[in-house]
Amino acid sequence: MENIIETEKAKWEIVVGLEIHCQIISKSKIFSGASTEFGDDPNVNVSFVDAGMPGMLPTLNKECVRQAVKTGLGLNAKINTYSEFSRKNYFYADMPTGYQITQFKYPIVGEGEVVIDLADGKSKKIGIERMHIEQDAGKSIHDLSPNKTYIDLNRAGVGLMEIVTKPDFRSPEEAGAFLRKLRSILRYLGTCDGNMDEGSMRCDVNVSVRPYGSDELRTRCEMKNVNSVKFVMQAIENEAKRQIEVYENNGNVIQETRQFDPSTGQTKVMRKKEFAHDYRYFPEPDLPALVLSEQYIEEIRRDLVELPDAKKQRFINTMGLTPYDAMVICENKDVADFFEKASHNHDAKKVANWMMSDFFAMLNKKKLSIDESPVSAENLGNLVELISKDVISGKIAKEVFEIMAETGDNPEKIVEEKGLKQVTDTKAIEDIIDRVIADNPDNVEAYKKGKTNLLGWFVGQTIKLSQGKANPSIVNQLIRKKLDN
Amino acid sequence: MAIDNEMVRKIAFLSRLKIEDNKLEDAKDEFNKIFKWIEELNEIDTSNVSPMASANDVSLKLREDAVTDGNYKDEILKNAPSAEYDYFAVPKVVE
Repeated sequence: MENIIETEKAKWEIVVGLEIHCQIISKSKIFSGASTEFGDDPNVNVSFVDAGMPGMLPTLNKECVRQAVKTGLGLNAKINTYSEFSRKNYFYADMPTGYQITQFKYPIVGEGEVVIDLADGKSKKIGIERMHIEQDAGKSIHDLSPNKTYIDLNRAGVGLMEIVTKPDFRSPEEAGAFLRKLRSILRYLGTCDGNMDEGSMRCDVNVSVRPYGSDELRTRCEMKNVNSVKFVMQAIENEAKRQIEVYENNGNVIQETRQFDPSTGQTKVMRKKEFAHDYRYFPEPDLPALVLSEQYIEEIRRDLVELPDAKKQRFINTMGLTPYDAMVICENKDVADFFEKASHNHDAKKVANWMMSDFFAMLNKKKLSIDESPVSAENLGNLVELISKDVISGKIAKEVFEIMAETGDNPEKIVEEKGLKQVTDTKAIEDIIDRVIADNPDNVEAYKKGKTNLLGWFVGQTIKLSQGKANPSIVNQLIRKKLDN
Repeated sequence: MAIDNEMVRKIAFLSRLKIEDNKLEDAKDEFNKIFKWIEELNEIDTSNVSPMASANDVSLKLREDAVTDGNYKDEILKNAPSAEYDYFAVPKVVE
């Protein structure tokens, strides 16, 4: 897909890189034993370490390291056996120590690669520059008091993974596809829950533009903490337009942090970069270097779950799904697991079709997640089996499915109780056809005189009289036989 | 490297320290003395020595992931100049 923005004056290309902060799933914080629980009363999950009390020392959480290595492997990235922590100094009320413990020169994860799926069925590789681990800041609440900001340190010290991509995105859609893919990988791995609206995954967007065909990198602007995939795409689109306008009016883009305003979709200047950012990084004196063994990394690699790309490929290769079906089903691990369970011993392609139509529609309508589905995977599989074996028609199956969605019953029971079994007994069907023919001599006459498109009408009438239970292909065959003789 | 008054001002700002204008000269002289002292280290050729992150040649001990701390908000908030509704209350910060 070519991504060109064409104005009256010139052709432009967007260049975007992303920095994503992902909260690590762990019971306790990265450098203290306080809980990471979200939504508790203010300042309850805070230790003296998190509050920056004098003399307190950080101790690194084993699980946060493991989660970071897992994530690195999921990003097909190089895991660095040697990494170091650094202090990033800045002054802000929600950062009690006056510095953030992070990694700077020697991050735990190096270069990697993520494949994104695009709307036109193509895929593209997005480079990962690095990933490091660090501590989160507390939360500032600005709207509880007219003249004060309230600080809750429950989040201070929760482990974060910061993933930095290469400037490989050329359109808002690519950035959106990447965020969805990243979220999917993190959820498969169980290393971050990926909820952008709750702030457990936060995205900084770096945007610049350049004349189409050029390979220069121009001055970029950064938009911090954009909190949904949709807003990230909107921010890129509008910021690129703004920069193009600046250039086309002979101006220059200034490196600055801009804020994305979801209510207008526009970006506005937040702060100039030169002075505010003087982080004075230096090696963290309280923590020695983190050294991992190759064996430790290999053990984690061996235990890694099957990731969305591999699962997708397997569903295409061995279960007969189209790339599109497989992509939709594999985005969410719970959906993929449900699919696999439902298609066990049944026609997988048909199961996929059911899931992507009636089943998802039902969940949407009832506002349920897949693990709350009233229709179990086994029962959906059984329903598909009933169709495959010609016990019921596709049309009756829809009826049965609706009952399943209400009662949670298994389809065999419903079919049995409601007497919905498809009539494949040719004698019974012939009786009905004879009635249709006897009752509609005019149409029979017209058909015989060459109005052969009336065949469909006869089939319809017959199935209607059978209350939908007559097998359509048998009906079709029998009617032809009778009318054409 | 020599420190001028402007640099002293910047360091003071970054450290959130207030240095009166008439104290700038003194601070600058002190900084420069410290720098001169540190510069003595330049006499040693370190071109073949990689930077040392820590004086302790020990490996990092890792902690088990268990909740062992917290749940004492009164003590956490005790020294706060201002606390309201169990939050730290600071002058309004809006960007």
